[in-house]
Amino acid sequence: MRWSSPTISAIPRGVVPNRWDLLAVPLVLSIFFLFAAGAHEMTGPLTAPQGGELSLDPSHLPYYALRTTLRMMIAMAGSLIFTFTYATAAAKSRRAEVILVPVLDVLQSVPVLGYVSFTVTFFLALFPGNVLGAEFAAIFAIFTSQAWNMAFSFYQSLRTVPKDLEEVSRSLRFSAWQKFWFLEVPFAIPGLIWNMMMSMSGGWFFVVASEAIAVGSHTVRLPGIGSYVSLAIEQKNLGAIGWALLTMAVVILAYDQFFFRPLVAWTDKFRSDLGPGQEVPQSWLLQLFRRARLLNTAFDPVARQLRRIATWPGPRLWSGPGRPAPRSMRWLGEALWYAAVAAVTGLLLWQAVVTVSGRLGWHDLETAAGLGALTMIRVVILIALATAVWLPLGVLIGLKPRLAQMVQPIAQFLAAFPANLLFPVAVVGIVRFSLNPDVWLSLLMILGAQWYILFNVIAGASVYPNDLRDAAANLRIGGWQWWRQVLLPGVFPYYITGAVTASGGCWNASIVAEYVSWGNTHLQAHGLGAYIAAATNAGDFPHIILGIAVMSVYVILFNRILWRPLYGMAERRFRLD
Amino acid sequence: MAAGQTLIDVRDVRQAFPRPSGAERVVIDKVNMSLREREIVGLLGRSGCGKSTLLRIVAGLAHASAGEVVYLGKPIDGPAEGIAMVFQTFALFPWLTVLENVEAGLEAQGVPEREMRKRALAAIDLIGLDGFESAYPRELSGGMRQRVGLARALVVNPAVLLMDEPFSALDVLTAETLRTDLIELWSEGKLPIRSILMVTHNIEEAVLMCDRILMLADSPGHIAAEFVVDLPQPRNRLAPRFRALVDDVYARMTERPAQSPKALTQISYRMSHVSANTLAGLMETLASDPYRGKADLPHIAGSLQLEVDDLWPIVEGLQLLGFAELAQGDITLTDAGRQFVDSDLEQRKRLFADLLRRHVPLAAHIRRVLDERPGHHAPRVRFEAELEDQQSEEDAQETLQTVISWGRFAELFSYDDQAEVFSLDNPT
Repeated sequence: MRWSSPTISAIPRGVVPNRWDLLAVPLVLSIFFLFAAGAHEMTGPLTAPQGGELSLDPSHLPYYALRTTLRMMIAMAGSLIFTFTYATAAAKSRRAEVILVPVLDVLQSVPVLGYVSFTVTFFLALFPGNVLGAEFAAIFAIFTSQAWNMAFSFYQSLRTVPKDLEEVSRSLRFSAWQKFWFLEVPFAIPGLIWNMMMSMSGGWFFVVASEAIAVGSHTVRLPGIGSYVSLAIEQKNLGAIGWALLTMAVVILAYDQFFFRPLVAWTDKFRSDLGPGQEVPQSWLLQLFRRARLLNTAFDPVARQLRRIATWPGPRLWSGPGRPAPRSMRWLGEALWYAAVAAVTGLLLWQAVVTVSGRLGWHDLETAAGLGALTMIRVVILIALATAVWLPLGVLIGLKPRLAQMVQPIAQFLAAFPANLLFPVAVVGIVRFSLNPDVWLSLLMILGAQWYILFNVIAGASVYPNDLRDAAANLRIGGWQWWRQVLLPGVFPYYITGAVTASGGCWNASIVAEYVSWGNTHLQAHGLGAYIAAATNAGDFPHIILGIAVMSVYVILFNRILWRPLYGMAERRFRLD
Repeated sequence: MAAGQTLIDVRDVRQAFPRPSGAERVVIDKVNMSLREREIVGLLGRSGCGKSTLLRIVAGLAHASAGEVVYLGKPIDGPAEGIAMVFQTFALFPWLTVLENVEAGLEAQGVPEREMRKRALAAIDLIGLDGFESAYPRELSGGMRQRVGLARALVVNPAVLLMDEPFSALDVLTAETLRTDLIELWSEGKLPIRSILMVTHNIEEAVLMCDRILMLADSPGHIAAEFVVDLPQPRNRLAPRFRALVDDVYARMTERPAQSPKALTQISYRMSHVSANTLAGLMETLASDPYRGKADLPHIAGSLQLEVDDLWPIVEGLQLLGFAELAQGDITLTDAGRQFVDSDLEQRKRLFADLLRRHVPLAAHIRRVLDERPGHHAPRVRFEAELEDQQSEEDAQETLQTVISWGRFAELFSYDDQAEVFSLDNPT
């Protein structure tokens, strides 16, 4: 499984908050406040839908796995639609861009698991007494874990379409619609596929967490692997958990073989760097399809139809570059637009403050902020630990091509594996040996996320130029100097990519990792994640939302103050071209 | 060739961009030209003279700020039917095969499939791409890629073919083959087109292919001269008349400095980036046999395998620093130049620093600012801002890059790229 070189689309250019954040942060957070408050009001005496009873019999697992996968697929389809519309709007209209891009950036930082509880209430209220509500809620949760980075990637691709291809499209007089399908989408595909894979591997974590949702005193369990595990936890059935782990492993492997690998092999032709070199990704399934003549003939009409849609001329929106409007007019337009955006944000913020003021006090904010600091300390320590372990190991593995080829797929598999399935095992251990939950629960946060560091570092080390290594050997550079001056700078950009993803994963995982249970044993660490989880269990909406808001702000600051400058430095200083 | 029907008429075209300071940066101004039936016209000029801009305006890819371009009686407003373009970078869609690339333009216009295939195959056949129909661009060599670019332009049966430095991204041999093939097809009347307008910076290429050459000069771009090439095709590069014409064009292009003498005294004088080592290399070549201090530009360009665009910045740099003088297409080493060649590295640096302070106002300015400041530090943005008042952002960046590399070589000042700060510090 050789993935193309990672690009951080999760981190747009530019450092430190820009002025648009001043609008975007309150805009997103106040919409959340109001949405949650509204959903809460709507519910009233909510009756949990009666789905079929879940069974711990392993023979049901294939069916549950199918349901789980189906949810993933639907969410992915939704994410693609979102990507094509949202990112296109942001890339094509400067006015839309100044608000859509910062909003997307903020959305990325909101912990997905935090708001599952009130999206559930909302969707249940939409379909009273029907299991469809819970299904939508779970799918929506997965969608929100997948869509943002895909949209970012697409947006960035649209902004970097090569000028000559852009000109030739105009010279051949493509309509806007034709240009989109002939030029822009193909150009964006490699980045988009990479981000889809990252989204997918992240998605398993959330699908597992969002299938079993407590609504008031009930727990709605949708048929799926996540629900199966949650039932096993309730019944303290360690054997069932083993079966679930096995099933999940098979599902992820199948996913890779039957979905992503063919996709990656197919999209290889969309790579726009024309040079040869770089090995071509292979997929036996794709080979099979390409060679199966009957199948090809059968699908030919479909392909023909799709092509017809792509070449549909559409309205001729584009008729030359057009003359820019006079300056004064443009200025007036901009001013009006920004004033409108600011006014809407202000209004929403005001509404949110009014709604929440009676139920929360300043001390609530202090508590949440304090707990947030605790969780942040955890994240920092865990990333440091994971770095200390995996950075040197990853480098050593990456420098040995044979070994790297063996380890890389395993690391990528582990990154995709939903670590929360393993939590119960950890709880049993902690209880058995009466360990300190504040310390040992923390480790769960990095359980799934650490692999991102490993496989990115391996990727970086395996493309490290041989001549530089030879030169270092020739100068007899060794020991600490070798790490400091020769290798680490070359691997640094890759490491940062991995560490950013890992840190995002940690924050999200804190909500499930700081607050875990096994049957009726509950373990809890002190932190913002536990705060949100506890509030969720109690159905305490104001506190959930406060927790989410505080965590979002922490994540945003963390990204802006730490990761972006580091990434900027990696790009400027340690580029290897 | 007698003047036939006028296909394209460029009337008083001007292209300018507003600057933050409010003044305009004029790329081309008062350009008038026409393209007639059955002729190949070349737009020749040094980089940055606006020749590509002019071509893009004719192609409808860019808009003139003033004036108009008329194609067959109708003003051009966006890409027009009947005008096709070939790009310097080929601009092939990497995800489409050769055949699909050639068909793309027809498909977008809704040409029925059967006809589309027939025309595409005919174009592929004509241009010598048979057998490569199902290849992807990345599998092809540069020459084959540009053939795809040509086939894609020809397949729509355009009246006018625009070419933007079509051979400059190719190696010498491939470029020559492609030129000859194209001219052959053109002379035999096998191309569906009625006229060609091409941009080039290669003088020999222009004389080889064109019936008329329009020479553009910059600040702002305008047509400075017109040459009519009435040699019959195929042309022989070694024929005396061919050589004479090439020398003529060279002499004309080097006739006077591109920028007025007044501009030389301003800190915003635009400099193209050439390293001190390259300057030294040309000086050494000039000083040695067979030139002994004086050389004919086309001759030395040929022997060094450099095109005008490569040679120019070096010549200009030498001229600016006072190492060489230029007259009538000849370059002559000055006393300072001879002294430089005869010196060791330390003396060279001292001489270079001296000339840099005397002849390059920007370098002298930076040094003065550093001397005046108590800490002898100054941020890059300070000078950037000054330059960008007068130049485009790109030009300002290149000018700064040049002065930094020269200043470093001369040890006139040092520069920290991470902190973007000039200083007088020297690592000890």
